[in-house]
Amino acid sequence: MSHATMDEFATRALPEAVELPAAPAPGYWKSVGQRLSRDPVTIAVTLVLFGILFITLGAPLVTGYDPYVGNVLTRLKPIGAAGHWLGTDETGRDLWTRLCYGGRLSLLAAVLPVSISLVVGGFLGILAGYAGGIAGTLIMRTMDVFYAFPSILLAIAICGMLGNGLTNSILALAVVFIPPMVRVSETVTTQARHLDFVEAARASGTTTLQVIRYHVLANVLGPILVYATSLISVSIILSAGLSFLGLGVTPPQAEWGLMLNSLRQAIYVQPYVAALPGLMIFITSMCFNLMSDGFRSAMDVRLSK
Amino acid sequence: MLVFAVRRLLQAIPILLGVSLVVFGLVHIVPGNPIDMLMPPEASPEVIAQMKAAFGFDKPLYMQYLLWLLRALHGDFGVSVFNASPVWGQLMTALGNTFVLAIFAALLGFSMGVLCGMVAALHHGRWPDKLFSAIATTGVSLPHYWCAIVLVLACAVLHDWLPAQGMGDDSLPLYERLQYLVLPVVTLSLIPMGVIGRLVRATVLEILGQDFVGALSAKGLTRWPVIRHICKNAAPPVLALMGLQFGYLLGGSILVETVFNWPGSGNLLNLAIFRRDIPVLQATILVLATFFALLNLLVDIAQAAIDPRMRR
Repeated sequence: MSHATMDEFATRALPEAVELPAAPAPGYWKSVGQRLSRDPVTIAVTLVLFGILFITLGAPLVTGYDPYVGNVLTRLKPIGAAGHWLGTDETGRDLWTRLCYGGRLSLLAAVLPVSISLVVGGFLGILAGYAGGIAGTLIMRTMDVFYAFPSILLAIAICGMLGNGLTNSILALAVVFIPPMVRVSETVTTQARHLDFVEAARASGTTTLQVIRYHVLANVLGPILVYATSLISVSIILSAGLSFLGLGVTPPQAEWGLMLNSLRQAIYVQPYVAALPGLMIFITSMCFNLMSDGFRSAMDVRLSK
Repeated sequence: MLVFAVRRLLQAIPILLGVSLVVFGLVHIVPGNPIDMLMPPEASPEVIAQMKAAFGFDKPLYMQYLLWLLRALHGDFGVSVFNASPVWGQLMTALGNTFVLAIFAALLGFSMGVLCGMVAALHHGRWPDKLFSAIATTGVSLPHYWCAIVLVLACAVLHDWLPAQGMGDDSLPLYERLQYLVLPVVTLSLIPMGVIGRLVRATVLEILGQDFVGALSAKGLTRWPVIRHICKNAAPPVLALMGLQFGYLLGGSILVETVFNWPGSGNLLNLAIFRRDIPVLQATILVLATFFALLNLLVDIAQAAIDPRMRR
C-alpha cells in the first residue's frame, strides 16, 4: 500500500466504517437509542420536560390572562379559587399564567449559561487535553483558581458586582460553569487521545485538525453533552436562586425564583400558593437530572449486555 | 508523607494568589470608581476626592491590590463603607454563626448519607436501594431555598412547632436557642446527604466487586469485620467529597441564611452587595474562598495519609 492510500485510509476509516453494509452489529448510536427506548424513567421525564416547554412557550394557548395585569380586589386567592385554579399572587395576577410565562425566563436563564460554557469550556478543555504542554497547564491552573470558589458564592459575587438583570445573571453563571466544563472535557480528551486508533491515525500522518474532527470529537462530545445536561439541572436552581436574592430578573417580569421570593412575604396568608413557583423549579431541575442519568447509562458501553 | 504535604502546600500558594486577584478584580469589572457609585450625586468633588484617599481608591490599580493584599495578610480588611465599623469584627461574628450551622448540617448530612449509602449498597437492587436512590436524586436536585420555605410552611406556619426566623436571643435558655437551629440545619443537610450517599453507594458497590472482599469472607471473617475493611477502602474518596461539601456549606449557605434571616456570612455578603459595601464584600469572599481552598488542601493531605497510593 502506498503512502497516499494509507493516509486516505486512516482519515476516512472511521466515517466509512459506520456505513459498511455487512456490519451485523448495530451502530453505537443505534444501540444507545435502543437502550433509551427501554428506559421508562428517561422517557417519562423527557415527556414532562416537553410538557413544561409547551406550557411556557405556548403560554397564550393554555391561559387567557395577561401575566402583568392583576386585580387588587382578587389578590392572594387560594388554590382552587373561581377563575384562578392555582390562586393569585400579591397583586392579584393569575398564578397559573405567571408560572407559564415565568418558565420562559427561568429556562432561558438556565440553559443559556450552560450553552455558553459548553462552547467556551468545551473548546478550552479539548485544547488543553489535546495540546497539553504549556498551553494545557496554563488553562488548567487558571481553572483551578476558579475552583477555589464555591459555585454559588462566585455567581453571587459576579452578579452582585455587575448589578442585577437577566444578562448579568446569565454571564455570571456562564463564568461559574466554564471551569467544571473545561475539566470534564480535558479529562475525556486526554483519554481519547491515548486510544490506540487515535495514536494510529496520528502515526499514519493524519493532520491534527482531522484527528480532532473525526476521532477526538466523536469520542468526547457524548460525555460532554451528558455533563452539560446535568449542569442544566444545577443551573435552574442557581439562576432562580440569583433571582430569588434579587440579583437576576427584575420585577415585574415573571420568573420562578423571583415569584418565589415575592410570594414568600405572603406565606402566612396563602401558604400553599407561596410554595408553587419553587415546585416548578424543583420538578424541572429533577427532570433534567434524571434525563442526564438516563443518557449516561445508555451511553455507557460497559453496562450494555 | 511530609514531602507530599509540603509540596501540596507550596502548590496552594499560586492558587491562593489567584483567588486574591479574582476577588480584587471583581470590584473592578464594572467601569468607574467604586466611590463614585457610592456617593450621592450632589456630593462635591472635594468630598469625593477625600473619600477616595481615605479608602485608598486614588492610587493606581496594582498599588491598590498590593496594599490591600498586604493588609489582608495581617487580618486588616479596613472599615465598612456603610457603617464605618471594622470589617474583621463583623466578619468573624458572621462566620462564627455560619460555622455553627455548617457543623451541625455536616454532622447530620454526612452521617445520614453514609448510613443510607451503606445500607443501599449492601442491599443492592432490593427495595432499600431503590428507596434510597429516589431520596438521593430528590436531595441533589432540590432547590434548598425552596425547601427552606416548605419547612417553614410545615413547621412554623401550618403548625407552631419551631421558630421560622432568626437565631434567638442570647438570654433564651439553651434548648430554646437550639430550636432556632433545627430548620436551617435540616435544610442544609439535605444536599450533603444526597451527594455523600450516592458516592458511598457507588464506592462500596465497586469495592464489593473486588476479589479481596471474597477472599476475606473465604478466610472466615464474619460480616462486621468485612464491613470494616470495606469502610477503610471506601474512606478516601468519601472524605474528599465531605471536605468539598463542608466548604459548600460554609460558602454556599447564603440563600438559606436569607430565608431564615440567620446572621451568618451569607447574610453579611447579601447585605454588602445591596449596600455596595466593597470592603465587606471583598473580605467576605476572600475569607470564604481561602477557607475553601485550604479545606481542599487538608482533604488532599488526609487522603494521602490514609492511602499511600495518593502520594504521587
